[in-house]
Amino acid sequence: MTVADESSVDDFQPQPAEPDPGRKRSWRKLVRRPQIAFGLIVCFIWLVVILTVHWWAPYDPYESVGDRLQPPNGDFWFGTDALGRDVFTRVLYGARQSLPIAVAVIASAVLIGSVLGAAAGFLGGWVDRVVMRLADVTMAFPAILLAMAVAAALGPGLKNGFIAMVIVWWPIYARLLRAQVIAVKQREHIESAVSIGATQGRILRKHVLPLSFTGVLVNATMDLGQVVLLTASLSFLGLGALPPAPEWGAMITEGAKYFYQWWIAVAPGVAMVTVVLAFNFLGDGLRDALDVKAATR
Amino acid sequence: MNEVLLQTRDLGVEFAVSGGAVHAVRGVDIDVRRGEVVGIVGESGSGKSATMLALLGLLAPNAKVHGSASFNGIEMIGAPHEQLRALRGGRIGMVFQDPMTSLNPVLTVGRQIAEAIEVHQPTLRPKRVMARVQELLEVVAIPNASERMRAYPHELSGGMRQRVMIAMAVANDPELIIADEPTTALDVTIQAQILTVLADLRSRTNSALVIITHDLGVVAGVADRVNVMYAGRVVERGPVEELFYRNQHPYTAGLLACLPRLDTRGRDLEPIGGAPPLLDHLPKGCAFVSRCKVAEPRCHDVDPQLRDVGTVSVACHVAPAATSAMKAMKAVDA
Amino acid sequence: MTDLTQAAAQPLLKVRDLVKSFPVRSSGFRGGRGLVHAVAGVSFDLHQGQTLSLVGESGCGKSTTARCVVRILDPTSGQVEFDGVDLGTLDAAALRSARSKFQMVFQDPQASLNPRMTVGEILAEPLKIHHIPGAEGRERIRELMSLVQLRSADLDRYPHQFSGGQRQRIGIVRALVLEPKLIALDEPVSALDVSIQAEIIRLLERLRDQLGLSYLFIAHDLSVVRHLSEHVAVMYLGKIVESGTNDEVYEQSAHPYTQALLAAAPIPDPLIERSRDRIVLAGDPPSPIDPPSGCHFRTRCWKAQDRCAEEAPVLADPGIGHLVACHFPEVSNVIVQQPVDFRRPT
Repeated sequence: MTVADESSVDDFQPQPAEPDPGRKRSWRKLVRRPQIAFGLIVCFIWLVVILTVHWWAPYDPYESVGDRLQPPNGDFWFGTDALGRDVFTRVLYGARQSLPIAVAVIASAVLIGSVLGAAAGFLGGWVDRVVMRLADVTMAFPAILLAMAVAAALGPGLKNGFIAMVIVWWPIYARLLRAQVIAVKQREHIESAVSIGATQGRILRKHVLPLSFTGVLVNATMDLGQVVLLTASLSFLGLGALPPAPEWGAMITEGAKYFYQWWIAVAPGVAMVTVVLAFNFLGDGLRDALDVKAATR
Repeated sequence: MNEVLLQTRDLGVEFAVSGGAVHAVRGVDIDVRRGEVVGIVGESGSGKSATMLALLGLLAPNAKVHGSASFNGIEMIGAPHEQLRALRGGRIGMVFQDPMTSLNPVLTVGRQIAEAIEVHQPTLRPKRVMARVQELLEVVAIPNASERMRAYPHELSGGMRQRVMIAMAVANDPELIIADEPTTALDVTIQAQILTVLADLRSRTNSALVIITHDLGVVAGVADRVNVMYAGRVVERGPVEELFYRNQHPYTAGLLACLPRLDTRGRDLEPIGGAPPLLDHLPKGCAFVSRCKVAEPRCHDVDPQLRDVGTVSVACHVAPAATSAMKAMKAVDA
Repeated sequence: MTDLTQAAAQPLLKVRDLVKSFPVRSSGFRGGRGLVHAVAGVSFDLHQGQTLSLVGESGCGKSTTARCVVRILDPTSGQVEFDGVDLGTLDAAALRSARSKFQMVFQDPQASLNPRMTVGEILAEPLKIHHIPGAEGRERIRELMSLVQLRSADLDRYPHQFSGGQRQRIGIVRALVLEPKLIALDEPVSALDVSIQAEIIRLLERLRDQLGLSYLFIAHDLSVVRHLSEHVAVMYLGKIVESGTNDEVYEQSAHPYTQALLAAAPIPDPLIERSRDRIVLAGDPPSPIDPPSGCHFRTRCWKAQDRCAEEAPVLADPGIGHLVACHFPEVSNVIVQQPVDFRRPT
């Protein structure tokens, strides 16, 4: 038992006495961070594209609408590809493939990983050992290799790519949440919940999980970008989306055959960069904003 | 004996934080004479640690230090890093609250003490250094010194680690030892051991000791003179007995009245009430005014400066009437 | 604790031979598994309306004892009888509902309050768990908030928006909403500044008197314990070495460890502090993984003899009116040794 009322530098941190920031204001504070604002704007633009592109896209993504391999010009902003389809239209439609799948992969991985990780961390014992060994085995393979193996075994196609990626990603969240749950479990407020007669389920739901999810949230945001890349990689290798689907990775594969017609591969590449950057910025910003310790130093 | 060793004048520290500045230390004058023990007492946020860290150049980079602090006539504020480094661990030894974070976990304690010697006396032969290390460990009363030299910090108890820190602090016969909450993390029987070691050392070497603590009991036992700090300022100072028995500041009196004591029972504690002001939103007048029972109108407008009242110096407009007024109020209550 | 004046009354809390051990892996690469006996056979009684303090240094088992009493930890063996009911015999559901009568206040109010819940939610949670109707619950919260001088507007704020002292008040209200009879206080003021400590101590005294509470007070600060408790038990390495009334333990201590502890605790008074005889113990407390044979204190004791290594002393009254676990008890007042004539100048 130590008298820990004094540490030389924390010493000067005055008590926070702001009168009620409340949830609304803390959201506004979040958005005011430039990183988060940038990430949100880019994500919002892509969301609008996904929802509305079929109303205003200049051409049909599957139709040959002009001469083959035209460089970017007034009619075809990003040029045309080997079959005379408009690259700009196909890039826009590509978002409809990549982004929903990224969200679905992360959502599923977070769900599966969290349930298993929370169980492992909270219950301990054999549950913990089984879940963690399973996670270790999965993580022993490089992500892309495992995804390729699974996708190859199940056969190409976005659906199988999705399953492969969830298998790759769940252990990350399981481990993350398990570590968080174990750390939160050490806090005195858990003992205090026990002392008022809270059941195990209530303690997990009310006192452990709400404090454990920030790390998962931050990681999930950043991983969205990674999944977009991995989806594209699988498609690039012929294990994901199949032609003629306007998927970014598949488009790059096609474009790679036409070295001098650079626009065919570069346009989807640039689209991917904006998405990955946006998610990374968002994740970074969230981490800074949510890390209470770093924020008060 | 009475020569001033360390003198700070109008020492101030501000920390830049988002949305303003935290005034951690606001115009502190402290004198430390050769061979004396000076206590600096205060609660969290009173600036007691920041004052000493400031003159040693050990504050975080977002701190702005102004004013003056001279050690043996050498100005330390704004002094080149090289010069400060030579002083630290050389002529000024330091002991911190948590020896575990101050010691290097991958070096034996003997090696670390040896390093403290070698940095300041590079010409000393290795054999002499090791002999000195052993001698130092014996000085701080570590049993089996020759064996413990080879131990790593985690193999020692908290009390032993603090002894190692003290051995490092006195390795180069400093003229001044600054101990920042040296016993706060320790149990009371270990605290007694460490205080004995410090007292021992002082009588042996005649170095001055500045002891920073929140514990008035520790100060009562070891200090010759005491500075009481509140909200970044020395509010009262004087010889230890004067400060305990003839204090003039309502805060000092309040602190003593709210302490439970080992030797008396059944006395009602008198809480001071309220909380210290925020250091980034200080009131215009006296920082203690919102908690003061005897505040007058001028206390809200003018920040009092230290002045001599009786046998102590006190920063209070109402002194010397303040403590008698408090006593009278107490009598009325009872 | 055999307290003759109260022997007739049934104690609120009766603890007998409480043992709690934890498995540990000893240090080193090939360290085997061992057991650390954090609490090694502790017995005491606590009566309604009284305060019993367990004092001792880090690792003496005082906090573990309190946690076993309020069943945050399950004891390895021994009985904890609360209000005539052996808590060890209750099933999970019965224990959960019994919990409303004994509550705990923790050392670090920052860590013991859920940072994601508002004060209102924190205070309502125990009521919800124990199915206390909303209107009655709100009334209780309102009353207690005003009793500890918090405003009802504070209910919508989060714990981090309060100062340390205010947070500890919230922790106290939370322990009180179920109207318990016993509160275990685990170092409730040691994380606070001295001027705030006094407020919380005063508050605890007032609540005890107004609500008829009993406290099991855990502390390392002997001055606070002196101030707050009727009975004191001194613990060393998992065992009670001396116990008695406050005055008995402080002014007529007979165990060398109690004496050393009292002699080491500083008194904020220079004349007294400088005239006291110091008992400075040698060395550190031994590891509870491998405690010394016989009397656990003998390795640091200046009176130790061969007998102390062979035979563990039992906690008994050697004819001095209170209990001591020592082969060579000797009553002495170490707080003030000589008849002092401190002409305290005023």
